[in-house]
Amino acid sequence: MKQLNHRRNMEGPDAPEFSADSRWEPEIIAFCCDYCAYSAAALAGSNRMQYPAGVRIIHTPCTGKIETEHILGAFEKGADGILVVGCLEGGCHFVEGNLRARRRADRVCAILDEIGLGGGRLKMVNLSDSMASEFVQEILEIVEKAKALGPNPLKLSKQSESAGSL
Amino acid sequence: MIVASQKSITELKGIISGHKKVLFAGCGTCVTVCLAGGEREVSIATYAIRIARKLERNPVEIVQMTIERQCENEFIKDLAEPASKVEAIVSFGCGAGVQAIAERFPGKPVYAGLNTQFLGVLEEQAVWTEKCMGCGDCMLSHFGGICPVTRCAKRLLNGPCGGSLESRCEVDPDRPCAWQLIYNRLKGIGQLERLEDIVPPKDWSTAWYCGARKVVRKEHQL
Repeated sequence: MKQLNHRRNMEGPDAPEFSADSRWEPEIIAFCCDYCAYSAAALAGSNRMQYPAGVRIIHTPCTGKIETEHILGAFEKGADGILVVGCLEGGCHFVEGNLRARRRADRVCAILDEIGLGGGRLKMVNLSDSMASEFVQEILEIVEKAKALGPNPLKLSKQSESAGSL
Repeated sequence: MIVASQKSITELKGIISGHKKVLFAGCGTCVTVCLAGGEREVSIATYAIRIARKLERNPVEIVQMTIERQCENEFIKDLAEPASKVEAIVSFGCGAGVQAIAERFPGKPVYAGLNTQFLGVLEEQAVWTEKCMGCGDCMLSHFGGICPVTRCAKRLLNGPCGGSLESRCEVDPDRPCAWQLIYNRLKGIGQLERLEDIVPPKDWSTAWYCGARKVVRKEHQL
């Protein structure tokens, strides 16, 4: 029954009543380049910096390896927000993988806006491997953004389907 | 190469709005090279449409398959099995591919997933330009290998028009003046005297304006 109420909340124009639910923590996927963000995340961990537990880090060889389908697939599976973290511009180990990733991210944002999921759920940033505090800051920002937008409606419809309400 | 561009996700969604199970058929030849209708583009469109339909609480099942060439029945037959399980097909081939698939599956709705644009070449990464309009009566030998029929906005056979500015076309400054290119090319190959020739009016009966055309090579027919 509670799930049905949830679903009704998402059907109205002011959908994200979920954000008022303090128990809900967004699921964030962070695609992290091996040469910068992954090290920054490791450094943040070594320094005991805190960020929400709903963040899942995906280790990638370079952000240029992240395809449009990977991002759309993660959203289809219910990710509430996605952060793509590449090297600083000019600092890509593969010369321009991060620049290509930026163009792809822009295109995915346009697709997300067009289909109604919202391009705001995706963000790409450029960091170096020593920027642990900036990494945590970016994570906190995408979490806050996802909270403001509410849960991914695709995840919600999946829950409703499993509850037999569709 | 045939160059095509993608339809918007919104348009694609509208095209298949009445169907619950659809085959997205990519083509592995021209439209793969011009990044419009190959395996990857079909995959991206599939994700986007599937998500959009889920958001509308009207889910759609999409089957993907990319074949070598959609304009040949030899390859289209690979689509028979997946096509038999869907309500409709969206072809991500050029217009010829869409029609070839429609002919092969007469009982199945077949929709175009791309906008076919022109015969062109790759200028640089992700930039294609039109070079040939397939007029059926090639005159490139007169013009040093640069086609004014396709590339001159006024289709002048005895140019230039005199309106170009800084070697750019007066109709569209983004476009180089075809006759400037012809001059440069003829000068480069030592055939500038060709500019003195009067090129007779073109025979347009071989062009599309007389209806769909057909090429038959009897010596190769079985």
